[in-house]
Amino acid sequence: MADTKEESRIGVFICHCGTNIAGSLSIEDVKKYAETLDGVVVADDYQYMCSTPGQSKIIDAIKEHNLNGVVVAACSPRLHEPTFRTATEEGGLNKFRFEMANIRDQNSWVHMHDWEGATEKAKDQVLIAVAKCRMLEDLQPKSVPVEHAALVLGAGIGGMQAALDLASAGIKTYLVEKLPTVGGRMSQLDKTFPTLDCSQCILTPKMVDVGRHPNIELRTYTEVEKVEGYIGNFTITLRKKARGVLDPTEAEARGYVGGGCNGCGDCAEVCPVIKPNPFEMGMAPRKAIYIYHAQVMPLLYTIDFDSCVKCGLCVDACGPEKRAIDLESVDTFEEIKVGTCILAIGYDYIPIEEKREWGYKQFDNVITGLEFERLICASGPTTGHLIRPSDGQTPMKVGFVLCAGSRDNTGGVAKPYCSRFCCMYCLKHAHQIMEKIPGAVPYLFYMDIRAFGKMYEEFYYRVQSEGAKFIRGRVANILEDPTTKNLTVYTEDTLLGRPVAMEMDMVVLAAAVQPKADAEKIRQMFGVSKSQDGWLLEAHPKLNPCGTTTAGIYLAGVCQGPKDIPDTVAQAEGAASAASIPIHTGEVQLEPYFAQCNEEICAGCGMCLNQCPYGALALVEKNGRTVMEVTEAKCKGCGTCGGFCPGGAIKMQHFTSPQICAQIDAFLLKGEDY
Amino acid sequence: MTDENWNPKIIAIICNWCSYAGADLAGGARIQYPPDVRAIRVMCTGRVDPLFIMKAFQDGADGMLISGCHFGDCHYLEGNYKCAKRMFLVKTLLKNIGLNDKRLRMTFVSASEGAKWGEVMEDVVKTVKELGPSPIKKYQR
Repeated sequence: MADTKEESRIGVFICHCGTNIAGSLSIEDVKKYAETLDGVVVADDYQYMCSTPGQSKIIDAIKEHNLNGVVVAACSPRLHEPTFRTATEEGGLNKFRFEMANIRDQNSWVHMHDWEGATEKAKDQVLIAVAKCRMLEDLQPKSVPVEHAALVLGAGIGGMQAALDLASAGIKTYLVEKLPTVGGRMSQLDKTFPTLDCSQCILTPKMVDVGRHPNIELRTYTEVEKVEGYIGNFTITLRKKARGVLDPTEAEARGYVGGGCNGCGDCAEVCPVIKPNPFEMGMAPRKAIYIYHAQVMPLLYTIDFDSCVKCGLCVDACGPEKRAIDLESVDTFEEIKVGTCILAIGYDYIPIEEKREWGYKQFDNVITGLEFERLICASGPTTGHLIRPSDGQTPMKVGFVLCAGSRDNTGGVAKPYCSRFCCMYCLKHAHQIMEKIPGAVPYLFYMDIRAFGKMYEEFYYRVQSEGAKFIRGRVANILEDPTTKNLTVYTEDTLLGRPVAMEMDMVVLAAAVQPKADAEKIRQMFGVSKSQDGWLLEAHPKLNPCGTTTAGIYLAGVCQGPKDIPDTVAQAEGAASAASIPIHTGEVQLEPYFAQCNEEICAGCGMCLNQCPYGALALVEKNGRTVMEVTEAKCKGCGTCGGFCPGGAIKMQHFTSPQICAQIDAFLLKGEDY
Repeated sequence: MTDENWNPKIIAIICNWCSYAGADLAGGARIQYPPDVRAIRVMCTGRVDPLFIMKAFQDGADGMLISGCHFGDCHYLEGNYKCAKRMFLVKTLLKNIGLNDKRLRMTFVSASEGAKWGEVMEDVVKTVKELGPSPIKKYQR
């Protein structure tokens, strides 16, 4: 056994967690075993160790037995380590004199039918924890100041709400958006369920607020290039994409006083390049110099340099006074410093054309829900007249395929999860058809109608009573009549128990949603994990739904999982609140798991330097020798240098080599020498 | 080849952010697996010194598992790469001393892969049981 400087006086406390632990293994045996261990002076058990009386047991025992180490055998340190560290500190010990044995999440819950095996494992877990506890040292957490600024990535409704909340709480907030305008997906929608508010009407005030707020630094047409640092001190490099158009401030900076884009649109009129408009789902044209939609914020034209032919007509049209167009503009970079970040990067739709059986992109009259939104919207390509793409006629029978790619385990582009808002927007579409086209009938092909929110079920009843038809069955396939371009929908009516074939004028697919294409890149830059289905992973689904496992990074909106507008806004407000806490506190405590160099052993080989991804290590001259030096502010405590040092000169605090070796020895040798 | 009642001694060194969280998730989901593995938590698999592995085998471990984040997911950017590179070295060392290198395993289990953690546990225990007790034990007494 390794030598310890002081005599170990360890208390072991075993939690029953009700029957969560006590129901699967023998607490009594573990306790008796713990008492026999080297250095253990007291072992105790309790129903709920995390409760106030449970914690009091620890605090009292520290004082009574003059303990210098505490081991709690209970749930996961990822859950309750902070709780018990606080109790250890209250008992008068340094809070790092605490070690946890995870006998619930990694024992009693996973070996529920193996009493003997689980008990043996629990004994070993306590043994391993005691072995480490014997070697723990006092450590001081490092306190670092927090930058009084925040970053919100993505300016959809979630990002805008989060930015407004942070800014209104007095925090300088950088709102970064990839597109040339704020607004996000919501600006493409016509109405919102179940209130039927006009989407733009409730969105534009927020867009204007975002533009006007003195604490919001808006960065549109900008992407994140690089993320460095940690909670309190993130350094983020932004890439402002070449826009080709100067705003009045930029124009003034170039000496064109009174110049810059005023949104008049003369440039777009003369532009000869015509491309499909992605905002209108490709159903309307767009010039190479464009505004994203009529209500853009900021009102500033943008050149799509992928399609611009640099003919210069727009420069002439803009004129010598405004001089707003610069065809030679290039990407620029900006470095910002923020304390916390909120990711609100939104979602995409699955490429539903890959579900060949529904014929999207094969048949003209099969469209998606988002295309329907544009067709029914008064500001859309048809000024709100719902028409069939094949012949411009008004459809009288419109089929809706719900769960198109959601709740589908067939693989490919299909997703096993529920996309959560399709049921409700299909109901809304059904209502809109009946409202706008007298005599038209919507047919909804559904598996279940999930009307879960406030006033949603009532809206479902309303649409039913208005005359929408509901057919419970998953659509098998859709075929087109080549002459009439009408569509036949084949399904099984599972309520009647027989196959049906129904002719429709038009079919709308409620395509499943999926994480944004660049979510993976962004996630890795910010160090955020993903769930099995690819959405960004929250720290805890119930207790920390806005946070992530990386301190200082928070989530809002659909990027964390499908949700509708009310839930997105609610989560955004939660994330803003969470992100403002470290900023308002002014400082954060970092766990002191820093690398330390034992200069007597260090040979100055420098092999550790390129192990460190943070550049925290450097070679310095000390007392005539070359040795490694750690910059604590840069060290994040991964221990990669310590795992590599050929001489064993690097000490990783709280995860030292002697501590880990003691854990290995304890289990394998059980106190004997080999 | 092996005694029915023989329980292998397997040590897992797993990272706090992915595999340890995945193992906790397996617990929450009540995924059942054999109880033979003892986990040691480190912040990152980059912390794993090849000497820890050699020490464990010297002490008579029948198997070892190192489990971290998927490539690209490392909480510390690239600790798992650094660890994975070392594992090739250690596996060669194990072969050179006459130990089957299947006794050492590196896996990548994310915080959302509770079910995968269960599968890894089943598989590691099965592999080590098939290989039988570590031959190193024979030579030590």
